[in-house]
Amino acid sequence: MADNLPSEFDVIVIGTGLPESIIAAACSRSGQRVLHVDSRSYYGGNWASFSFSGILSWLKEYQENSDIVNEGPAWQEQILENEEAIALSRKDKTIQHVEVFCYASQDLHEEVEEAGALQKNHASVISENPTEAVHSAYLPSEDQSLCTVSCEMLTEQTPSSDLETALEINNVKVTGETEKHDDKTCMKSASEEETSKNVPTTEGTALQPKKTRITYSQIIKEGRRFNIDLVSKLLYSRGLLIDLLIKSNVSRYAEFKNITRILAFREGRVEQVPYSRADVFNSKQLTMVEKRMLMKFLTFCMEYEKHPDEYKAYEEITFSEYLKTQKLTPNLQYFVLHSIAMTSETASNTIDGLKATKNFLHCLGRYGNTPFLFPLYGQGELPQCFCRMCAVFGGIYCLRHSVQCLVVDKESRKCKAIIDQFGQRIISKHFLVEDSYFSENTCSHVQYRQISRSVLITDRSVLKTDSDQQISILTVPGDEPRTFAVRVIELCSSTMTCMKGTYLVHLTCTSSKTAREDLEPVVQKLFTPYTETETENEEVEKPRLLWALYFNMRDSSDVSRNSYNDLPSNVYVCSGPDSGLGNDNAVKQAETLFQLICPNEDFCPPPPNPEDIITDGDSLQSEVSEASVILEANSESPKESASFGNPEEASQ
Amino acid sequence: MHGRLKVKTSEEQAEAKRLEREQKLKLYQSATQTVFQKRQAGELDESVLELTSQILGANPDFATLWNCRREVLQRLEAQKSPEELAALVKTELGFLESCLRVNPKSYGTWHHRCWLLGRLPEPNWARELELCARFLEVDERNFHCWDYRRFVAAQAAVPPAEELAFTDSLITRNFSNYSSWHYRSCLLPQLHPQPDSGPQGRLPEDVLLKELELVQNAFFTDPNDQSAWFYHRWLLGRADPQDALRCLHVSRDEACLTVSFSRPVLVGPRTETLLLMVDESPLAVEWRTPDGRNWPGHVWLCDLPATSLNDQLPHHTFRVIWTAGDAQKECVLLKGHQEGWCRDSATDEQLFRCELSVEKSTVLQSELESCKELQELEPENKWCLLTIILLMRALDPLLYEKETLQYFQTLKAVDPMRAAYLDDLRSKFLLENSLLKMEYAEVRVLHLGHKDLTVLCHLEQLLLVTHLDLSHNRLRALPPALAALRCLEVLQANDNAIESLDGVTNLPRLQELSLCNNRLQQPMVLQPLASCPRLVLLNLQGNPLCQAVGTSEYLTELLPLVNSILV
Repeated sequence: MADNLPSEFDVIVIGTGLPESIIAAACSRSGQRVLHVDSRSYYGGNWASFSFSGILSWLKEYQENSDIVNEGPAWQEQILENEEAIALSRKDKTIQHVEVFCYASQDLHEEVEEAGALQKNHASVISENPTEAVHSAYLPSEDQSLCTVSCEMLTEQTPSSDLETALEINNVKVTGETEKHDDKTCMKSASEEETSKNVPTTEGTALQPKKTRITYSQIIKEGRRFNIDLVSKLLYSRGLLIDLLIKSNVSRYAEFKNITRILAFREGRVEQVPYSRADVFNSKQLTMVEKRMLMKFLTFCMEYEKHPDEYKAYEEITFSEYLKTQKLTPNLQYFVLHSIAMTSETASNTIDGLKATKNFLHCLGRYGNTPFLFPLYGQGELPQCFCRMCAVFGGIYCLRHSVQCLVVDKESRKCKAIIDQFGQRIISKHFLVEDSYFSENTCSHVQYRQISRSVLITDRSVLKTDSDQQISILTVPGDEPRTFAVRVIELCSSTMTCMKGTYLVHLTCTSSKTAREDLEPVVQKLFTPYTETETENEEVEKPRLLWALYFNMRDSSDVSRNSYNDLPSNVYVCSGPDSGLGNDNAVKQAETLFQLICPNEDFCPPPPNPEDIITDGDSLQSEVSEASVILEANSESPKESASFGNPEEASQ
Repeated sequence: MHGRLKVKTSEEQAEAKRLEREQKLKLYQSATQTVFQKRQAGELDESVLELTSQILGANPDFATLWNCRREVLQRLEAQKSPEELAALVKTELGFLESCLRVNPKSYGTWHHRCWLLGRLPEPNWARELELCARFLEVDERNFHCWDYRRFVAAQAAVPPAEELAFTDSLITRNFSNYSSWHYRSCLLPQLHPQPDSGPQGRLPEDVLLKELELVQNAFFTDPNDQSAWFYHRWLLGRADPQDALRCLHVSRDEACLTVSFSRPVLVGPRTETLLLMVDESPLAVEWRTPDGRNWPGHVWLCDLPATSLNDQLPHHTFRVIWTAGDAQKECVLLKGHQEGWCRDSATDEQLFRCELSVEKSTVLQSELESCKELQELEPENKWCLLTIILLMRALDPLLYEKETLQYFQTLKAVDPMRAAYLDDLRSKFLLENSLLKMEYAEVRVLHLGHKDLTVLCHLEQLLLVTHLDLSHNRLRALPPALAALRCLEVLQANDNAIESLDGVTNLPRLQELSLCNNRLQQPMVLQPLASCPRLVLLNLQGNPLCQAVGTSEYLTELLPLVNSILV
């Protein structure tokens, strides 16, 4: 297989996260020969989405902390005298403190398998010593960077089954996602994608059967209905990513749904936040005067720059202090601060708060009644969409392909090649490396932040309404001023991220401790563990947890390039996901780096209209100055591209 | 060149577009021509349907072609079997939908659909309602579709409650929707019919309160959205009053009977619509308006024969019956009296609480409170200010007079574009107040001096006034309606900006007219005064015409009996 790869490229991109994928697409679109590799078996790195079985195998990877990648042939001997090497890391250390809990009842004697799961091609991991896994649940692990995976049953009614159920979990056959993580190269073909997406698009609003219990085996069986994001983000409808998706026409590869509700958590209750004209008009919780106050303030925020006298005097204080001066009732202050500006008491000053509020309001109405969009099938779709664009313009893809080192020319201090897992040396002009691929030697001075994440599967929404197909975002402020606000995003089954009758809930905050320590208090406020017996007053009951996952993810988004040791100037670093809600950071990063690689090139211009592409038979105007045609086409692809995707074919 | 993408240049693209457009235009024109030829030749067959659908599919606003289609369909109706016809109708409905997608606001298309549905033996109204709902989902303010929906709902006899719920749902989505509010104003009276549409409000109080809350939500959310304010005004308004005879006046001297109505009416040359009974026996009379033009007006009068006024009987009774509006009034002329009258009192009937209902004073009071609250938050909102003024007038015009005038001042400052309208409205309210005061004082003298009036209105209410003072205002004319003041003896209108005197016509008792310091330019404008038989004193000091040559000569000729003062 190694022989098949060309030995020379213009740009080599290592890692398939969102910023890397955007750069790959942009470079390929601008005519660069791009090789895009990822040592993992799936696209997206920490931006990926997994089916239920996919996430279980992802968990296993961290549980075992084993390096699945085969040892390649030694690369040291390939380094010439006038060269030196920057070894890349073999272990992913970005995920820590993984803990998983299952609350759903389990049928102990049933062997279940994910429906429609294809042949395992991914290491099916069966823990050899399941009891140990359970017992080690709360024990501090020896290695700091190691993660603890614990599988526990917290079902109070069945205390005795702890061990057995844990066993059950570990016996579940974990299958790799063959559909997505197909062997090496090639993107999913369009038709394949279409069929796989069109099948489950029935919206579950029509008939809601009398609350059927969701069991763990059902979750396993319906595991392919889940698309569990590692990062929980939304698209601001006027954010940079949307603009880029539209400009580059990559949007055609994805579908989106509007977030339907903005929620707030106040005095122990979840309530809907009024923020648009229609909401304010319909709100029953606001008094007439409050309605006017809120509308007036929001209208002012829409163009606050035009009224400097209204805020100039308050520039030095925090946004929450500023709100207190604005004739807003505490009620309204809370909504604006936490749910609209989505900041906290101490985090931002007046200008930042006004900016955030303005941004929120400007995004309203572009695609619907909330400022946010969510990509169907999960956030993990987005990097793949850009990869697809890259491939359409001739980029070459290799998954499960790791790079052992970067080769640097001693004299010029420039990187000239990589040596991959097969020992193949591939030369290139530019090298883009995602932060997590660097070894400890390179990162010894880097300070990372952490993101605390939790993923829950629940049986009902945090706020029940007529429709059970709501997508909600809820901000829960930290209890103390020092702790961070927790962002909760609840996805319904029509987002194609969870099975019917369940909700997928993502919690995110900047870490102060481990993910579980940071997030469990909020989980307890909003949810209750699943129990066998149905309690009497179901109406007031909180949603019940079926399954919960906690983990910490490294946040490398604000690491400056200078903190890495000895990087040649043609090696560029992409960060992993940041903790923010939007994707602006990734897009900005991609555009900046693209400008370094291809100065003066347009960033992801739209592909030409199929009708305007002159095919060979269409020689009507062959006389027209060819030079200009070539310049505009700008997508000269390497001859290898023929087998990977012909742009003419693909754009039809 | 293998694998290289060739792209057309923008000139090439433009050229291709141009060619395509030219081609389209040719097709369009030839199809249009063929249709017109066939129509002229009377060949109204299915080929015409086919041709017109090609054109209308691209441009549904070609009204003639819709007419053409109707002609064809009508002809085919006679020729085809029911099955064939049903198929034809089905395609026609589908075609209409495709046209509506091209232009959802095409008058011709919606009208054609109305026409077609009206002719079907068993129209599927449920489907039509669904169609409306779809189109309104795309554009909730598409009034063409609202019109059509009302047509369908009426034809299908959809219960008003269902339609009301539909308007609810659209207002919830976006309350800035005139059509939806208006539809409510049609549906609610149907749902809650009021037993007697007298001077009451339009809705029962509980319903009214709910609607007021809804509309308040709207104007507290966005006070600059007019749709809610308009609906608010409708809610507080009262049902249209029935026709009434406001005043009946008989004068022995002029041998004349005068009637004033609650609204302008037209009394025909014959007397069937307005009957006069003198001493219980009908009398044929010739009705005319005071200015002699016999246009629809508030005031009508007739000459009485001497027999009806003779002094032999102790009294004469005069009864007038307005047959068109089922109203009548009676007055008595006693022996030895020069005149007799009977009238509705402006104070008793609360005539001037005009547009707003009188029954709901507690409701009005609370509306006033919340509007004032809103006004504090939005001191510059014109709708709020105007509504406050109207509410105050509805509650008590005299009590709130001062406050109202202050609000008018603010309103004029925030809405200078409508300053003239506001001046006129203010004049109207001030005149009404003065009228009320005059009635309370039980006199026939009306002082309207120093009030900054810009316009005169309610003149038909002043039938009995003998002395009128209009001095020191901003009036620019004495309007024709002034001719209704049949009893006027002295009129003072000094220090205005009067340029014309059309209203000083046929005033039988006018003796003194003072018009100092106005803008009368030409002696010609004095012409109407010749029709006032008793005029003896005319003061024209300080008018431009005093300087004109030959004015005094003109006056002696025009008004030989009048003592005119020019300098």
